[in-house]
Amino acid sequence: MLALTHLDRLEAESIQIMRETVAEADRPVMLYSIGKDSAVMLHLAKKAFFPGPLPFPLLHVDTTWKFRDMYALRDKVAADPAVKLFVYKNPEAERLGINPFDHGPAHTDMWKTEGLKQALDQYGFDAAFGGARRDEEKSRAKERIFSFRDRNHRWDPKRQRPELWALYNMRKNKGESVRVFPISNWTELDVWQYILREKIEIVPLYFAGDRPVVERDGLILMVDDERIPLNGEAPQIRRVRFRTLGCYPLTGAVDSAASTVEEIVAEMLVTTTSERQGRAIDRDAGAASMEKKKQEGYF
Amino acid sequence: MNAAVDVASWLAEQERKELLRFITCGSVDDGKSTLIGRLLYDTKQIFDDQLSALEADSKKHGTQGEGIDFALLVDGLSAEREQGITIDVAYRFFASEKRKFIVADTPGHEQYTRNMVTGASTADLAVLLVDSRKGVLTQTRRHSYLARLIGIRHFVLAVTKMDLVDFDQAAFDAIVTDYRTFADEIGVKDWVPIPVSGLGGDNVGERSGRTPWYDGPSLLEHLNEVPLDAAADVAKPLRMPVQWVNRPDLSFRGFAGQIASGSVTRSQDIRVLPSGRTTRIERIVTADGDLESAVAGQSVTLTFTHEVDCSRGDVIAAADAPPEAADQFEATIVWMDESEMLPGRGYWLKLGTQVVTATVHHPKYEINVNTLEHLAAKTLELNSIGVAEIATDREIVFEPYSVESGSPNRALGGFILIDKLTNATVAAGILHFALRRALNIHRQPLEVSRETHATLKGQRPAVLWFTGLSGSGKSTIANIVEKKLAAKGRHTFLLDGDNVRHGLNRDLGFTEADRIENIRRVGEVARLMADAGLIVLTAFISPFRAEREMVRKMLPEGEFVEVFIDTPLAEAEKRDPKGLYAKARSGEIKNFTGIDSPYEAPDDAELVIDTTALSADDAAERIIDFLESR
Repeated sequence: MLALTHLDRLEAESIQIMRETVAEADRPVMLYSIGKDSAVMLHLAKKAFFPGPLPFPLLHVDTTWKFRDMYALRDKVAADPAVKLFVYKNPEAERLGINPFDHGPAHTDMWKTEGLKQALDQYGFDAAFGGARRDEEKSRAKERIFSFRDRNHRWDPKRQRPELWALYNMRKNKGESVRVFPISNWTELDVWQYILREKIEIVPLYFAGDRPVVERDGLILMVDDERIPLNGEAPQIRRVRFRTLGCYPLTGAVDSAASTVEEIVAEMLVTTTSERQGRAIDRDAGAASMEKKKQEGYF
Repeated sequence: MNAAVDVASWLAEQERKELLRFITCGSVDDGKSTLIGRLLYDTKQIFDDQLSALEADSKKHGTQGEGIDFALLVDGLSAEREQGITIDVAYRFFASEKRKFIVADTPGHEQYTRNMVTGASTADLAVLLVDSRKGVLTQTRRHSYLARLIGIRHFVLAVTKMDLVDFDQAAFDAIVTDYRTFADEIGVKDWVPIPVSGLGGDNVGERSGRTPWYDGPSLLEHLNEVPLDAAADVAKPLRMPVQWVNRPDLSFRGFAGQIASGSVTRSQDIRVLPSGRTTRIERIVTADGDLESAVAGQSVTLTFTHEVDCSRGDVIAAADAPPEAADQFEATIVWMDESEMLPGRGYWLKLGTQVVTATVHHPKYEINVNTLEHLAAKTLELNSIGVAEIATDREIVFEPYSVESGSPNRALGGFILIDKLTNATVAAGILHFALRRALNIHRQPLEVSRETHATLKGQRPAVLWFTGLSGSGKSTIANIVEKKLAAKGRHTFLLDGDNVRHGLNRDLGFTEADRIENIRRVGEVARLMADAGLIVLTAFISPFRAEREMVRKMLPEGEFVEVFIDTPLAEAEKRDPKGLYAKARSGEIKNFTGIDSPYEAPDDAELVIDTTALSADDAAERIIDFLESR
C-alpha cells in the first residue's frame, strides 16, 4: 500500500473539517473571495460532499473594486446549477461611495469587515468557511481552525477554545458564530501544487500577461478600469502577474513571465518575498495590523 | 529551455513527500523560538520582506542587540512580542527534501499547560529544549511527562546554546545522563540527544564542525528519518467514525468519514457500532472515482450492500475485530478552563463524532506534573491533571487511548468536555479502560427485598421530585400533597431543602459544586427511602437538568416523577416569601437562581403545574391523581 503524501493528508483533513461543520452547524456558508485559496476551498468542498450537491451556499462580500477578471470567474462559478452564490455589498458603503483612493483604511473596514458582518447577520449564517492559511501571517498562525466569534463577530485571541486532535467544538449560543478555516495547515506552495494536481481553474491574473500598470509607493498597480485617478501618470505595459488578488487599487503585481502553474512554482522556489507583501491592507497598523483587524471581525 | 521539465520532476518529487507533525517545548529562554526561526531560515522558509520586518522588529523588541532575534518571527500575538513569552500554540510550516513539517510551537510556562497539551495532541514527535548552561529543569520533566501522556513516542533532547559553553562535550554528556534517569522513569524509550546552537545553526540543518565529538544526526536529519504514526495506524483494524450521511436522492446513501485506523476494501465485511449489525462494503466513493481500497487518514464515503441503520456518531469497524462500547470509564483529564471541574455536573463529551452527556466523579488523584506525585484532590482546576471515573448517559464506542507499544488511538480514545452553559471547551481527556462496575462491586444481597417492603405497605414507591424557582410554591404544594396522602393511609416522607441543609448537608455551601453534591445526596437518600417502600416528596430548586437526570437514573423506571412547579420569575419575585429576591437584586446574595444563576426548566417533566392557573389545593389533587393512576 502506497503511503499517503502530504497533499493527500491535507486534502483529507480539509474534507474532515468541512463535513464536521456541515454536520454540526445550523446554517453554514462558504466565503468566496474568488482568489486561488477560495478556488481550492471550493474544489475541496465539492469533493467532500460528492456525489451530493454543495450543502451550503457561497457568499461573496463585494467591494465593487475587484479586478474585472475576478468578476468574470465569479459569474462563471455561479452559473453552475449545483452552486448557489450570494453577493453582498454594504449599502452604507455604496451610498457613501467608499473607495480606496479617498477613504484609506475605511475602504477595507466598511466594504469588507462591516459588509461581512452585515451579510452574516442578514442571512443568519452561523458558520462561515474562510480560506485563510496559518503560513500567511503571524496572528493567523495562532488562530484555531474553528474560530469562535461573539455576537459582535469579535475574535478574542486570549480566549480561544483549546483545539485537540481533530475534535472541534461548534457549540455556541444564539447570535454567536464560528469562522472555519479548512485550509489552515496548507502553505502557499501546497496550494499551487494542489491547483496543478487537480487542474483547478483560477483567475488568469495569477499568470503573467502584458498589462497596463503604474508604480506607486513601491507597488505595481494595474489600471483595470478608468476609476483609478492618474495624476499625470502614463500607464506602462509590463509583463506582470499577481500572487494574491484583492481590490485592484490595493493589490500589487510582480514582474514575471510565469504563464503556467509549473512556471509559477518554479518562480516561487527562487522568490524572496512573501505573498502578502503585495497587500497594502496589512501595513496599516504596523506589526499587529492583521491581529487588530481580526479582533474587529475581519476574516 | 528545460525549466518546465525540471519543475515537473521537482513537483513529482514533492508529490512523494510525507507529513510529520512535531512540537517544540521549552521557554523562550531555552532558545526555542530561535531554534524554530533557524529551522525556517535554514530551509529557506523566510522571505526577504519578512526578514526586513524582522530586522526592524528586532531593533524595537529584540534581545539580540543589533542581531536578528528569530524569536520575534515566531511569537505572533502582540502581547507575546511585548512580554517576550509564548502564550499560545503557533503552527509553523517548512519542508525538507523528504518531508513536509508542521511545527506546533508550544508555550513553556506552567500556566499554559493546556496549550502545550493542545499542540501535542496531533504530534508524532517532541523536541525538548534544554539550555546547556541550566541542564534538565523541572519544566523539561513536565514537558516530557505531558508529551508522553498524550501519546508522543519519539523525543529529541535538543541541548541548546552550545556556543555559550564552548561546545563542551562534558556539559552535554552530563545533561544526557541526567535526562536518561528521568526518561526511564516515565517510559520514554525512543529519545535522541542532539547538541545544537540556534544562533549559529550548529547541528540544526547540517552537522557542525564545532562538535567533532558528536557523531549523531543533525536535528533536520533526524526529523527526516523518524518513523511516522500514520504508518502504524494503517496496521490496526478498520475504524471509521461516521461524520455525515450523504443522501442526495433516494438512489444513494453513503456514509462519509475519515478512516481513523486500518484499511477498508470493497466487499469487506464490516460491523456498525454500537448496534453491532453487520453488512458489507459495496463501494468506496470519492470524487475521483470509486476506490478498491482506502487506508487510515483518507476521507471517503462508503456504501453498504444491504441497508443497516447507520448515522453520525456510529463507527464502521472491521466485522471480526470491533471496538467496545461502554458507559463508564477511567480517564486522565486535563482541566483547561478557569472555572474548576464540578464532579457530578453534566458536561457534553465529544469523542470521535459522538456527543453525549457525561459526569465526572471526584478525582481519584491529581498528578503533580513537576514531581509526578499523586495528590488527593476534590476537584481539578485550570491546568491540573488528574485521574477520575467518567459516566456517560449512553454507551459510546471507544478504544483505550494509549497502548504499550504502537501509536495512540487518538480518534476513539481522546475526548473533550464542553460546558453546557458557556459552550467552552473545558477539558481534554484520554480514556484508559471501561469499568464494569456491576460486575466488580458486589452488593450485599438483602433478605427482605424492596418489593417486600412495598407490598407490606400496600403501595408502589415513588419519588415526587418538585423543582422550580425559589418562591414558586414547591414546599407549599408538597406539604399539601403529603397531608392528603397521609389521610389516605399512604406511607410518605417529605425531604425539604432547608431542613436537609441543617443536618445531612450542613457541610455544604452554595457554590455550584456544593449544590450538585447537595442534590446527589438528597437523591441517594430518596432512593433508599423508596427502597424502603415509601412515597418520597422532595422540594429543591434543583436548577440544573443534568442533576435531575442523575437522580432519575438512580431509580427504577417509572418511580421518579418530576413535578415542575412552573411559576414565572416575575410572579415568584412578587411573592418573595422569604425576602430572598430582594436580597439577590441588591447584590446581598450571589448565585441566586433566576437572578444571576440560571434555571433550566425540564423538557419533559411528568407533571407541569402552572401556579398562575391552579390553586395549591387543585395542584395537589392533580399530583395525587397522577400518582394513583400509575
